[in-house]
Amino acid sequence: MPLLEFTSRGIYCAAADVYLDPWKKVPKALITHGHSDHARWGNQQYITHHDNVPIIQHRLGNITVAGKSYGERFSINGVQFSFHPAGHVPGSSQIRVENRGEVWVFTGDYKLENDGISTPFEAVICHTFITECTFGLPVFNWQDPVKVHRQINQWWAANKAAGITSLLMGYSLGKAQRLLKHLDPKIGKIFTHGAPEKMTEVLRSQIDFPETQLITRETNKKQIAGNLVLAPPAVMGSAWAKKLGEISTGYASGWMAFRGARRRRAVDKAFVLSDHADWKGLLHAVEATGCENVITTHGYTDIFAQYLREKGWNARTEKTQYEAETPETTVAE
Amino acid sequence: MNAFAQLIEALDSTNKTNEKVALLATYFRTAPQNDALWAVALLSHRRPSRPVSTSLLREWAAELAGLSPWLFEEAYHIVGDLAETIALLLSDSQKGAEQSLAETITDIIALKPKEEQEKKNYIQSQWQQLTSTERFVFNKIITGGFRIGISQKLMTRALGQALELDENTLAHRLMGTWTPQTTTFEDLLITPHAADQLSRPYPFYLAYAVEDDFFKKHSPEAYCVEHKWDGMRGQLIVREGQYFLWSRGEELITDKFPELAPFANHLPSGTVLDGEILPYPQGVIGNFNDLQKRIGRKTVGAKLLQDVPIRFMIYDLLEWEGIDYRTTPLHIRQEQLALLYQSHKKFDLPWELSQVHHFATWEAVAQEREKAEQKRSEGLMLKKKDSSYAVGRKKGSWWKWKSDPKTIDAVLTFAMRGHGRRTNLYTDYTFALWDEGKLVTFTKAYSGLTDKEIREVDRYVKQNTLARFGPVREVTPKLVFEIAFEGIAASTRHKSGVAVRFPRILRWRHDKKIEAANSLGDLKKLLS
Repeated sequence: MPLLEFTSRGIYCAAADVYLDPWKKVPKALITHGHSDHARWGNQQYITHHDNVPIIQHRLGNITVAGKSYGERFSINGVQFSFHPAGHVPGSSQIRVENRGEVWVFTGDYKLENDGISTPFEAVICHTFITECTFGLPVFNWQDPVKVHRQINQWWAANKAAGITSLLMGYSLGKAQRLLKHLDPKIGKIFTHGAPEKMTEVLRSQIDFPETQLITRETNKKQIAGNLVLAPPAVMGSAWAKKLGEISTGYASGWMAFRGARRRRAVDKAFVLSDHADWKGLLHAVEATGCENVITTHGYTDIFAQYLREKGWNARTEKTQYEAETPETTVAE
Repeated sequence: MNAFAQLIEALDSTNKTNEKVALLATYFRTAPQNDALWAVALLSHRRPSRPVSTSLLREWAAELAGLSPWLFEEAYHIVGDLAETIALLLSDSQKGAEQSLAETITDIIALKPKEEQEKKNYIQSQWQQLTSTERFVFNKIITGGFRIGISQKLMTRALGQALELDENTLAHRLMGTWTPQTTTFEDLLITPHAADQLSRPYPFYLAYAVEDDFFKKHSPEAYCVEHKWDGMRGQLIVREGQYFLWSRGEELITDKFPELAPFANHLPSGTVLDGEILPYPQGVIGNFNDLQKRIGRKTVGAKLLQDVPIRFMIYDLLEWEGIDYRTTPLHIRQEQLALLYQSHKKFDLPWELSQVHHFATWEAVAQEREKAEQKRSEGLMLKKKDSSYAVGRKKGSWWKWKSDPKTIDAVLTFAMRGHGRRTNLYTDYTFALWDEGKLVTFTKAYSGLTDKEIREVDRYVKQNTLARFGPVREVTPKLVFEIAFEGIAASTRHKSGVAVRFPRILRWRHDKKIEAANSLGDLKKLLS
């Protein structure tokens, strides 16, 4: 029996009787990170990295959860588990599973660049590597994020000079904080929508962020003019966004590499910034693990697996319920 | 070329029309004139002829990126645009373009007769040197089709702002088959020579579809009514003993219709007619498929001329005795046109005069519309009696009131990824009808759904794929759509034996199961 199996409830370790990022309710779940397609509600017991504990408590409410450190080995029914940095969002991990000398690693989601807020990715040596491949196509080549953050600040500064408010959109967990961390507070004030504000509040105990001000009914709209507003993508075109007055819209996502996706989003400024590995990043990660077997789980799974087979790996795909296929689903980005 | 690439990027990254026009105007003002002229040419779909096939471009790009052909093709299917795929696949150069837009295009044109190896060397070295955005633009110049949400109208407006010239005057100067290889910015747009004007057509005036409240807002007394002829719009120019026939797409199609040559001998110089080219197979108006045979051919042989003769149905007079007649009120233009027609009847020219009707009530107009099938038209045109002949699609004085479309309920069977704004979404659909217990493809349709519905269908396609063929997916038959179309004709080229015109999705029939979709027999009953 393989060390990890793909079942109708999630990735299952029979020897330890635990699930990794299950999509149905289970007694014991090991969780890679806080995005909603990986950390779901209803499990009896959660085990995750301790930086992720406040995140999933905030999202899932009153749960039974144990926190672990990176590299800390713990045993369940004789099977060795440990969490290792995935660099995806704060508190995100890869999960290493070892039994009788055989090692498997499940990545959850990951990226190789240091985003300034998550513990950077570390390759873990293993036999079998279960990897995401959201951006597993050679057309995805991320720019140096330093350049992207500079573009964002330049856009903001230009809007500020023109008296226009900058509405910057990104997913509330991870992307919003990454954007916030690299905004230049010298340009102006940073206002927030409730969703990223609450998540940022949760993370302030772990990470240093610039000051933000939550927009409420009492907020004077004149105060906002020319400043920056950080919000989730769902506010695009909403009544909430209309109340902000004259705005320039910006959206940060890896999908913005596609011209079609940029035009459909209909934002004024698209920034190509992703919390997932690009093509070269995925290949680099696979190589660095020294693995023989690769299982691709979500994204361009067939294509990436075929490419790996061509390069000599024993690679296959497995169906999971982690979302990734289209630029339209902005989940877990 | 860098400034032009930056312009394209900037145009791409705003949704505000005024901003787009301002960006274009700034470019036209600041770019060297030969670059600006090429920009005008590219944005009005006048690109140099393709020097190399797209399959070679794919091969060379895959080679340069170090990818197997299959992986390149997968990437291309997902990106949906070859120029963009190549731009994304190769790594970004810091160097950037050294040449101007005009120089680059001159090189691309010069490439055409060269040996394959030489073409390859040039294109690969450009790819390596250019930045990603420049590479995209470079590829677009080679492969054609800039879809950047800039209509010719917007471009003309921007040009008008930059040159401080009237938009309509510019629109006229931009017509025809000019190319930057044979003219200059100055000659084309600023001080045109009279000699270049000989074949130049006027911009076509296009009608809007009537809206729901049209009949409440407008008095039938102010309008005249014609049938909307179902052929090919054309502008016939007779000047100095020569004749030119232009299509609405600004293509010179004189050679395709040699039977119109007598016009050059009989009509006075300085006559420009607007009308419809109609097929007349048995001495009566045929259907659009007949005309298709004529349009599709490169050379028009004697047999084809005999099988599908055409006649020009005239309905407007744009130039008379060498004078631009477009601002003369329509009813006077019509009178003059009728006089011209009557006075030349003795020459037996291949033309017809579109009959102008006047009605006192909209009910009477509606009754005339019922005669569309009998008169072989696709509905009515309602034109304000005192209207000028305007430029392009302008709301106000010309309206089309088409016959109601025919509809049928069909099942979605295949979906293909779209292009442009619809890249990497499944938006191009194939529909089937029942025939002896099997679903038989009868048409494709691309439009009619809202963005939200497109996303829903896209999700359905991705989750219910039976087989993949490159960019096409076969899906589990489950979704039923009401398909509307204008005309229908028997066809030997289609599997179903029937060809429909202008198919589009009228609505998604959530209420219908596939068993309730129509059959091929139902469709064939609509063949009149």
